Amino acid sequence: MKRVYVNEKWCLGCRLCEYNCAFANSGMTDMVKALNNVTINPRIKVEKANGISFAVQCRHCKDPICVRACIAGALHLDEDGVIRIDDTKCVGCHSCVMACPYGAIMPSQKGVMQKCELCLQNSSKEPACVKGCPNHAIVYEER
Amino acid sequence: MSDYVIIGNSIAAIGTIEGIRKVDTTGTITVIGNENHFVYGRPLISYMLMGKTTLEKMNYRDLSFYDDNKVETILGVEVTAIDKDKKQVALSNGSTVSYKKLMLATGSRPFLPPMKGIELVEKKTSFMTIDDALKLDSMINSESNVLVVGAGLIGLKCVEGILSKVKSITVIDLANRVLPSILDEKGSDLVKASLEKKGVKFILGESIAEFTSAATATTTQGKELSFDTLVTAVGVRPNTQLFQAIGGQVNRGIVVDTLGKTSIEDIYAGGDCAECFDISCDTQRIVAILPNAYFQGRAAGISMAGGEEPFDQAMPMNSIGFFDLHIITAGSYIGDKDIVLDDENNYKVLFTKDNKLVGFIMIGDVQRAGIYTSLIRNKTPLDSIDYTLVREHPQLMAFTLKDRQEKLGRSH
Ligand SMILES: Cc1cc2nc3c(=O)[nH]c(=O)nc-3n(C[C@H](O)[C@H](O)[C@H](O)COP(=O)(O)OP(=O)(O)OC[C@H]3O[C@@H](n4cnc5c(N)ncnc54)[C@H](O)[C@@H]3O)c2cc1C
Repeated sequence: MKRVYVNEKWCLGCRLCEYNCAFANSGMTDMVKALNNVTINPRIKVEKANGISFAVQCRHCKDPICVRACIAGALHLDEDGVIRIDDTKCVGCHSCVMACPYGAIMPSQKGVMQKCELCLQNSSKEPACVKGCPNHAIVYEER
Repeated sequence: MSDYVIIGNSIAAIGTIEGIRKVDTTGTITVIGNENHFVYGRPLISYMLMGKTTLEKMNYRDLSFYDDNKVETILGVEVTAIDKDKKQVALSNGSTVSYKKLMLATGSRPFLPPMKGIELVEKKTSFMTIDDALKLDSMINSESNVLVVGAGLIGLKCVEGILSKVKSITVIDLANRVLPSILDEKGSDLVKASLEKKGVKFILGESIAEFTSAATATTTQGKELSFDTLVTAVGVRPNTQLFQAIGGQVNRGIVVDTLGKTSIEDIYAGGDCAECFDISCDTQRIVAILPNAYFQGRAAGISMAGGEEPFDQAMPMNSIGFFDLHIITAGSYIGDKDIVLDDENNYKVLFTKDNKLVGFIMIGDVQRAGIYTSLIRNKTPLDSIDYTLVREHPQLMAFTLKDRQEKLGRSH
């Protein structure tokens, strides 16, 4: 299956991926309206230190600990290999935050959890972070 | 006759079914559970009471789960005995079911120490099951004064569940602090203070001496308490009786190996009724948490069906919130204790031993806690990462370039 992979040496740390993620998942059609004066809460997060930067989001593990740790049966490893969250079942207990070795699950504005679902079900249809990355520091491919 | 018989219909049972089906797609599976409900996330019962979920949404798997996995369910029925020679179990409805492989996923039951006069109290319940939660919900209203005996995880989750629905809650515990099994003293103080701000009253370091009527009790230090509803959440005991009765090896819980095998041929066990090897302190013990029940069940299921995928990464880990205050803890509190953060709303302690992270407590800011959990789970040598960075915030930057490439540049 195709996943998002990081080429750290190309990352400029510009955080465009974070903005594109937030917009793609906002459900809105106008980027300015979606992001203007909003503190964005993206599902991809850029780590930066000492001149190094890279983006981190869900790795879509084949044997996901987050899914096993979910007390609500809200996280699923779907047949297409994507790990999705049913936010109507999530109670916000943070067990997935406790379990994810990448630190890639975080609370949404609604107080339940959110994570990268590869944009397959939003209007972007493919990872918006990758589409908008100016330097191919993240790629969406089979490895 | 069933190829696989599972006693209990909760988390460990689901792990077992999914484990079996990974290897064997056709063998017959029968699940016998004495709770008459579709499998649900047990920890959700408090969230249901506070309205964060509903009965309809508590199902732990899709409603087609048993059909999809070709599982026969016998619910609302108890297994009363195991005959290991005939390889069959006896049920409370008088029937028997034979097995080729048997799984004990019987979990735990509330433990109630003898309390003088408790029979006088009419409105009382424990807090372990959907039925307990529904019963409690039917007993309380906005005028209720609730007494909760036990300031552990279950007692305090119950408090959170009903606080907005009742007039007052008093929690009493013999321990002198709250959540002693997962927090240190400072952590306990912080959580207690935050619950007190919400109006919860605590009586710690004391227990009930006697219930003097249906609505009054005296404490060991002579305080008079009045209440109308009683919740008992003192502790739990593993359900090992069936196995003990046939001479199986039981310490505190049923003794199993990492494949879920017990001391008796063709009988497996996992979850809250069984022990496991806690890798954070190298000790055999019961780790009564949901993820552990799933993983042990799954490993057992796989080996029942002839496969082999040991579960050898057991350790305690808890994520528990009270209103807006989140707590994540994992591992063991041994070795060197390093208090990284301690202010009014946040607390973070790391425990290191022999160049490894072995435990942590995070209260308040719990972002990316799983990175710490994985350091414990993987026994990562701390001198192989930038510990100064990771100590401050859990982050992948602390790993070497090679490790980062492995983590973010490969499929897992
Ligand atoms: C209020 C509450 C909150 C919790 N919160 C958390 C949390 O936030 N995170 C976490 O990780 N864990 C939490 N836990 C613990 C978690 O629920 C357990 O670790 C988990 O449910 C264990 O699963 P299990 O399948 O081993 O056993 P159980 O869930 O106890 O299920 C065992 C089942 O077997 C049945 N059974 C037993 N004997 C028989 C018999 N002879 N015949 C037929 N049926 C039988 C029982 O009735 C029960 O339905 C919580 C528990 C409670 C009560």
